[in-house]
Amino acid sequence: MTSQSKIKRGVTLYSFQEEYFLRQLSLEQIIAVCAQLDIPGIEIIGDQMIPNYPNISDEFVKQWHGWMDKYGRTPVCLDMFLDWNKYKGRVMTDDERFESVVHDIHNAHKLGCTVIRVIHDVEPALLEKLAPTAEKHNVKLALEIHAPSYFDSPLEQRLVEMFRRVQSPSLCFTLDMGVFTKFQPRVASDRFLREGMKPEIVQYLIEAYNTRTLPSSHELGKRNDALPKKILEMGGREADIYWAMMGTHSVYSDLALLRDYLPYVKHIHGKFWEMLPEGREFSIPYDEIVPILIEGGYDGYIDSEYEGNRWIQDAFTVDSAAQVGLHQAMLKRLLGEA
Amino acid sequence: MYDKYLIVGEAFKNVVEGGQVTGYQIGLRLPYYRGVVLSLVGETILTVDGERAPAEAMTVTLRGKTYPKTQFEDEPVAKWEFGDIGIVTVAKPGGLKPGEHKVELRQQMKISYVPGGFWGGDTKTLTLPG
Repeated sequence: MTSQSKIKRGVTLYSFQEEYFLRQLSLEQIIAVCAQLDIPGIEIIGDQMIPNYPNISDEFVKQWHGWMDKYGRTPVCLDMFLDWNKYKGRVMTDDERFESVVHDIHNAHKLGCTVIRVIHDVEPALLEKLAPTAEKHNVKLALEIHAPSYFDSPLEQRLVEMFRRVQSPSLCFTLDMGVFTKFQPRVASDRFLREGMKPEIVQYLIEAYNTRTLPSSHELGKRNDALPKKILEMGGREADIYWAMMGTHSVYSDLALLRDYLPYVKHIHGKFWEMLPEGREFSIPYDEIVPILIEGGYDGYIDSEYEGNRWIQDAFTVDSAAQVGLHQAMLKRLLGEA
Repeated sequence: MYDKYLIVGEAFKNVVEGGQVTGYQIGLRLPYYRGVVLSLVGETILTVDGERAPAEAMTVTLRGKTYPKTQFEDEPVAKWEFGDIGIVTVAKPGGLKPGEHKVELRQQMKISYVPGGFWGGDTKTLTLPG
């Protein structure tokens, strides 16, 4: 099986945000942990762990490459944001948006990253205009498909149409595995209980999510009035509506479409909330997904992306390295490395 | 996210200038997973024992530089880095009485890809040193 799969393993340092936030681990120490966990590829959010991003100092660039050499890791992906609302009283002009992403492309190039995770609210026309710059710097602009969106959502369909027309090797998707959340994450429903939600409402949310009967929670761009109404009918509080909306907005999308659109996917976020000791994710059926990626000839990275910390940090000590280690062990098994 | 870490009690104290107590200080973090420029940090609703600190009376010191809170919206370059503790100074002649205080925070984040932005919050009972 090893010879068949060209898929590479990586991790986004987003996974270690808890320890970085609390200044328990420095960036260098996190990269050292990645080496200990035998994770080849490194992804970084500029705004999270690079001081003064997007204005990266030469000193940082030198340090970064020094760490990559010292710990034997490979830079893979830089995650960007487009803060188009950062100027008082107006939104960014098209030219400012263009320059902002050009800056990210230059930064990715300096850091040795060949992929930029593009945030979801970037227009196809801007990406098309950026393609020549990205190609010149050997960087892929991979717009992230993230729940509740999927390949068949309106923006994604416009992008696919543009990708087909432009035929640039630099235009593609990042796919977040959270779109295949088959079961309601337990870390979220446990949190609902700790926040004082009535157990019968929690039970309803779990069952409704798992049976895809949650009222109209995934209609893009539309206000969801049905779920709040249902929660209030069950005797819930305003706070319960907040937690329910926050904690049930994943989707379990059609895996058949993954086969069709896989050629446009050049980067993957291996999202997870809770790795179980026996080596599977509580909600996302990786054992159903990874074989499709192998069969489809996907040859990019799967970067582990731990997002459970935000659900458990109120009550438990977060151990990101342990969770990432279990996720990587699962990937090794599914990729035939184990 | 990070709600329970937003109010940092270690920095809670009165500010003395020229022998006068001119206000109080407290440490705050942002409820978000990345650093942002100050113009994306929205309203800071900080109350001590129910009394709200006016934005006009508030400055935030980040990595040695001090910014008036009312000027945050004019600052699209300087950043509040991820996890950094901003030292918030609230001008209040006489400061706060030593002893226990209930401190509440609601912090708005103006993040463009989240329609309407979002809020984080924290509540702590802290002891002001005498």
